[in-house]
Amino acid sequence: MLEANEQNDGINDRGDFWELRLYVAGQTPNCVKAFENLKKICEKELKGRYKIVVIDLMVNPELAKGDQIVAIPTLVRKLPVPVKRIIGSLQDTERVLVGLDLIKQ
Amino acid sequence: MASATQTEEFKKLNKCPTGIAGFEEITGGGLPAGRPTLVCGSAGSGKTLFAVEFLVNGAVRFDEPGVFIAFEENEVELTENVASLKWDLNELAEQKKIYLDHVYIERSEIEETGEFNLEGLFIRIEAAMNAIQARRIAIDSIEALFSGFDNESLLRAEIRRLFRWLKEKGLTAVITGEKGNNAFTRHGLEEYISDCVVFLDHRLIDQVATRRMRIIKYRGTSHGTNEYPFLITEKGFSVFPITTLDLDYPVSTDRVPTGVERLDEMLGGQGYYKGASILISGTAGTGKSSLGACFVGAACKRGERAIYFSFEEAADQILRNMASIGIDLKPALDRGLLEFRSVRSTTYGIETHLMMMLKKIDEFQPSVVAVDPISNLTSVADIREVKEALTRLIDYMKMKGITAIFTDLSNFGRSLETTETAISSLMDTWILLRDIEINGERNRGMYVLKSRGMDHSNQIREFLITSDGIDLQDVYVGPRGVLTGTARFTQEAEEAAETLIQHQKIERLQRDLQRKENTMTSRIQELKDAFEAEKEEIRHAIHEAEARARALNGNKDELERMRSGTRGAI
Repeated sequence: MLEANEQNDGINDRGDFWELRLYVAGQTPNCVKAFENLKKICEKELKGRYKIVVIDLMVNPELAKGDQIVAIPTLVRKLPVPVKRIIGSLQDTERVLVGLDLIKQ
Repeated sequence: MASATQTEEFKKLNKCPTGIAGFEEITGGGLPAGRPTLVCGSAGSGKTLFAVEFLVNGAVRFDEPGVFIAFEENEVELTENVASLKWDLNELAEQKKIYLDHVYIERSEIEETGEFNLEGLFIRIEAAMNAIQARRIAIDSIEALFSGFDNESLLRAEIRRLFRWLKEKGLTAVITGEKGNNAFTRHGLEEYISDCVVFLDHRLIDQVATRRMRIIKYRGTSHGTNEYPFLITEKGFSVFPITTLDLDYPVSTDRVPTGVERLDEMLGGQGYYKGASILISGTAGTGKSSLGACFVGAACKRGERAIYFSFEEAADQILRNMASIGIDLKPALDRGLLEFRSVRSTTYGIETHLMMMLKKIDEFQPSVVAVDPISNLTSVADIREVKEALTRLIDYMKMKGITAIFTDLSNFGRSLETTETAISSLMDTWILLRDIEINGERNRGMYVLKSRGMDHSNQIREFLITSDGIDLQDVYVGPRGVLTGTARFTQEAEEAAETLIQHQKIERLQRDLQRKENTMTSRIQELKDAFEAEKEEIRHAIHEAEARARALNGNKDELERMRSGTRGAI
């Protein structure tokens, strides 16, 4: 199940576009929390330059293999490269930003 | 629900065959079916191979498809690594018998924030299981998770949940774990898997590597508790030879010729028992190998199969040397009846030697085996280990009715009979070869120290190795002790001369006697003749005297008459 959530409004160059995938397994509290936290951060830091795809592995279990998903929830930054992963409910905003390379450690 | 599980518990534990040679014997049928088993050991101990073989055998032989969750190797690496064992994982994957999933976790690519669980892994495993209707699973090695994530307490909870979940799914699982410093696994996985724990060991003793396996626990079943040696060969795992945990094998009353006619005579006239183990011990150069080769050669001549294990000489060297004493093993070799296996004892550990011998015996199915010499094995292990290994080897061969001959080099300076006491109790027949040094030469003597269950000679025989083969001679036993070789020959010659002299003496004496008798007889005759002559003379004299007496009487009568009255004429 692919669920496009927030669409970009202006076309920026590719390096500045953020494609994010959030892997969840059903509507567990952690998954819901992770999505909410992610959306908040993206709206604040990447407004108009990001796309979040939520993948529910309960619905599409075969997709877990491709992105090497072990932990749930996992956020995968597909773009810009290199691929980055952040796991957990994304509570600590600063760590999420570090994980996404939005701020330097 | 609870009562249902309990009934399950009380049912006889189902076993899941691994197909690993020998493993079923030590576990009474295999791994616990539907439960997880922990296979732990240090790096290179064969954990991954065990897991793969468990799955491949399941898929190929037991119609149980399996999932392989690999944390350490990817699909390509794994397929390549096991291809050398002639397992084609790609093909099995295409046939939907094996499902490979490489779980890749790279610490540097992962940022952790907030709570999470390992549901992703569960989902992947379930997807893999469903894809092939898996009955088995191997996870190699789940400990990789510990290096991938920070939150250890969460990980532990998740791993515990995973094993419980696998159990609920009824999968027979093999989980591998790296050996830890003070525990079976580095991260204490044994805490979660309590049904069955198998420990693989690969250790160096005196620079020789030996692989061993031990069942540390196996809930609800009896199992062998020893350390069992195993081999990793081109055909995979081999755990040997756990088959004889007790002394229970059929014995034969059939006899096998020794290859030396006079030795057969010494052993009740018929040779060794079939299936017996025979020890030939002696000091260097007493002909142990020759006697062994002689036995092997004789077996091959009868059309039986034989293996000659040598720890000292190469096959060609044995062939050449034995040919020089009239034992031609070449035809048997050419006909495929005889197989040589020459390997330096120091090449492997004792267990590996044992395994390889057993494997060879298993493949070749000989009726006769020679091991030459077992004393070399003590250079790679202590006598206790050698004895243990030999016990297993002998038990195995006895079970198969294989007659085995072992040579043993006795050390100088120690009593011949004490050196091998450790192993002699394993042997049914013990032949001792010793050299006898007298008069500046060395000769070989042989005697049967023991031979269970048969009447055997107590005599020492001289053991001759000639270009026509082996022969036994009676030794000279006389007032000057046991003599062999030229001394025996000399003694025999002397004795012959002595006998001749005696004979001559007797003849002479007899002749003397005869002569004396003759003399006596002739003298008697002489006396008789003289007597006869005298007797005649005396008789004649008597006769004359009588006549004269008569004459005298007549004259007297005349005179009387004349003097009486009738004088008329006067």
